[in-house]
Amino acid sequence: MTVATKSTTASQELEHPSAPLLRMERIPHVWCPSCGIGTVVKCYATALERSGVDLDKVSVVSGIGCSGRVAGYLKLDGFHTTHGRALPFATGLKLGRPELLVTVISGDGDLVGIGGNHFIHAARRNIDLLVILINNFIYGMTGGQNAPTTPQQARSSTMPYGNFETPFSLPHLAASSGASYVARWTCLHIRRLTWSIEEAIHKRGFRFIEVIAPCPTLYARLNKLGTGLDAMRFYHDTAVIRNDADTRELDISFQSEITCGKFVDEERPTFLDLMHNHYSDQLGDRYVPTPPEGGMLHEQ
Amino acid sequence: MSSKVEIRITGFGGQGVVLAGHIIGCACAIHAGRHATMIQSFGPEARGSACSATLVISESEVLYPYLRRPDIFVVMSGEGYEKYGQELKKDGTLVFEQDLVHPTTVEGQRAFGVPSTRLAESLGKTIVQNIVMVGFFTGVTQLVPDEAMRAAVRGSVPAGTEDLNLEAFDKGLEYARKSVSQPAVGVARPILEEVSP
Amino acid sequence: MKADPAGVLTGSHYLDGDVACGEGAMAAGCRFVAGYPITPSTEVVERIARRFPTLGGTFIQMEDELASMAAVVGAAWTGTKTMTVTSGPGFSLMMENIGLAAMMETPCVVVNVQRGGPSTGLPTMVGQGDVMQARWGSHGDYEVIALCPQSPQEAFDLTIDAFNLAEIYRLPVMFLMDECVGHMTEKVVIPEADAIEVEPRRLTDKSPEEFGPYQINGGQIPEFARAGDGYRFHTTGLTHDERGYPVMNAECHDASVRRLVGKIRDNADSIVRFEEEGMDDAEVVVVSFGITARVARLAVEEARSRGIRVGFLRLVVIWPFPEKRIRELAGSVAAFVVPEINLGQIALEVERVAAGQAVTWPVNHAGGAVHDPDAITEIIVKAAS
Ligand SMILES: Cc1ncc(C[n+]2csc(CCOP(=O)(O)OP(=O)(O)O)c2C)c(N)n1
Ligand code: SF4
Ligand SMILES: [Mg+2]
Repeated sequence: MTVATKSTTASQELEHPSAPLLRMERIPHVWCPSCGIGTVVKCYATALERSGVDLDKVSVVSGIGCSGRVAGYLKLDGFHTTHGRALPFATGLKLGRPELLVTVISGDGDLVGIGGNHFIHAARRNIDLLVILINNFIYGMTGGQNAPTTPQQARSSTMPYGNFETPFSLPHLAASSGASYVARWTCLHIRRLTWSIEEAIHKRGFRFIEVIAPCPTLYARLNKLGTGLDAMRFYHDTAVIRNDADTRELDISFQSEITCGKFVDEERPTFLDLMHNHYSDQLGDRYVPTPPEGGMLHEQ
Repeated sequence: MSSKVEIRITGFGGQGVVLAGHIIGCACAIHAGRHATMIQSFGPEARGSACSATLVISESEVLYPYLRRPDIFVVMSGEGYEKYGQELKKDGTLVFEQDLVHPTTVEGQRAFGVPSTRLAESLGKTIVQNIVMVGFFTGVTQLVPDEAMRAAVRGSVPAGTEDLNLEAFDKGLEYARKSVSQPAVGVARPILEEVSP
Repeated sequence: MKADPAGVLTGSHYLDGDVACGEGAMAAGCRFVAGYPITPSTEVVERIARRFPTLGGTFIQMEDELASMAAVVGAAWTGTKTMTVTSGPGFSLMMENIGLAAMMETPCVVVNVQRGGPSTGLPTMVGQGDVMQARWGSHGDYEVIALCPQSPQEAFDLTIDAFNLAEIYRLPVMFLMDECVGHMTEKVVIPEADAIEVEPRRLTDKSPEEFGPYQINGGQIPEFARAGDGYRFHTTGLTHDERGYPVMNAECHDASVRRLVGKIRDNADSIVRFEEEGMDDAEVVVVSFGITARVARLAVEEARSRGIRVGFLRLVVIWPFPEKRIRELAGSVAAFVVPEINLGQIALEVERVAAGQAVTWPVNHAGGAVHDPDAITEIIVKAAS
């Protein structure tokens, strides 16, 4: 594996194994020590390198939040958009230039809180997007407020007596909305997560990977859960892998078992497949699809 | 009478009121060298029983697009007549579906009735009732040359239905010729003088 | 360059303003539209949805206007010309990503067929109450360009201009129609494709190593690279440097915002567009736009026939505002009469620019109908005496 070899050939200055895919000039990044977001960046970068896809054709779109900063550190076409709107922005990119591999990487608050409506509709359309949602059970960037993923009983700054609302189970939300690939991992499952991302890169349609990530600064502190390392121990002790589990059984309660695995992997026609087939049927030769490289107006 | 003619067309939803207005406006603006501005009613009004379209036809640019008081009122439903009948100018012209509308004309107004629904039925398609009415309108008002109207019918109806619609148009036109000795000249004069190809 | 003939429906047509706007967009080379249905704008996208599959264009009905605007900004970064279409309530939802488009300097067109507001207001009836919202609706300082058609013919012609301006200045251009123009059917002449000048997206010549998405190179408008061409650029709605990297300090922010504003204000002379008549001897000038300008001309004709020396100025481009011309006129005329279907938005602007040199007389109602020309004449008479 090339990545591993590179990291062990240390000169005076150790190069980050994913350096070619990172905007090294922007390091140090904004994330706290032992935050889980960096792990996701590394897994994504590794998966991309291994996948062999043309990196010039990869776009990464993020919304707003700590997780929303991911697009800013990857040396790819990167779009740091508005809070909650990464999915519709990415939808425009994909439809504007269908040959692109468009990845959305963002937070739980961003993608299923303020952006929840876009999430269910993007999944319903089965639009070709790879979506990696970093779930730290909280609104990190704004200081630890309640999220639609915060488990019951967990504390957040806006639920100082503990959360009484019912959170979403994200794999279930994605699957029932129509996603064609659904998986969940934690930041401890580095190899599985990387492999899952790589697998999803090669698939089509709305592909959803939830990554449970520690936020030591806010979620863990507010809930007295210790350091990032404690979070890893916790994942180690409580995460169970049940591939193909029924997505109705994937709820997460406060500090209890986290079911991980790949739950859905079905080839279904994507938005573009359906559109092309339908217009070809209806319009025959009159149908002119948007070319893969986009419908740009070229100077003759 | 100025060089401006205001028309209201009304009927119930599904009668093709807007298409009728579109054809008349298109004939004037595209095929007869006039200015013609059409406005169709929208909203709950457009879905209910009295659907309506208005036209201002003029020799010069139409600055005020809405009707003040119509010179011509084309009415295809009783309810439309109830709702807008009062607006018609004192010397205005009423063109109506005679089986569905029973008007009480004011002195000075002229009224021309046509059994447009029955005439359309005789062609086997009630759906072209509005086009029969457009033909009849053309005959009694002589506002626009027949050929301009025919071109507008041809260009405005769904592809493949041109012949049927032109037949409907001619039915209405013929009925006007037969039953009406004199066109509604009060309205038609200023517009009739110039005819562009 | 010349328009792509595929999108140009050459000929004389009898079209409403909404449909004419859709045709204008297709003639201008627009090939991506995202929208959400709302009266009185829906006919624009209905037209486009019907024609796009034969032109290589993609229309998508999104889940709401937040998404529509976001998708339009996203698609624009593939080099495609993009547009969304809405009315008041949807325009409010679009503000968030109109700001993003302004900040990311994304060319796109936002059509607002104005109805009566606030809120759901008068869905099927005319209004001109979104004039200030078009300019200031998203937070922070930025400038837009806004055009105001007065007829279906202009709905076609000015939509093409809107796309061209969006390309030249790299910003979201507001197309402020109103219900009356949108739902009014008139003759629209669409020229041959080779008589239509369209501004293509100009891609940078630089290599990826030399390129920065917000490098200015001595001018005011950055060069463009599109997603997927190997530039691996980054862009963000955060305040950023010329590499598109976030920079959180007052100096960079001030420089960035001044450039966003400056690229329009400094070029106002070439963007501003108005029509005027009867200025030579005018004592009173009527300033108007959109459907109200048409009706106001009747009032001007009437006032002239009564011997009042009244001039007429119609704003074709409403933002940037023709400050220079209004200031000049304010020095020579006694009063401005400003009819508009809102409670005084452009009147405020005229008053500000006139700066006490001439009196401003608003002629307003809140929406639901166009003006009665007599109401305007009456104020012209008052203003002249
Ligand atoms: C429209 C809008 N509302 C609120 C905010 C403030 N805000 C910024 S990030 C954020 C929450 C992000 O939460 P999440 O997506 O979970 O990301 P995390 O920071 O936890 O990674 C909020 C509410 C904003 N930027 N925009
Ligand atoms: S606040 Fe939490 S989520 Fe944000 S960077 Fe710090 S640890 Fe990570
Ligand atoms: Mg979060």
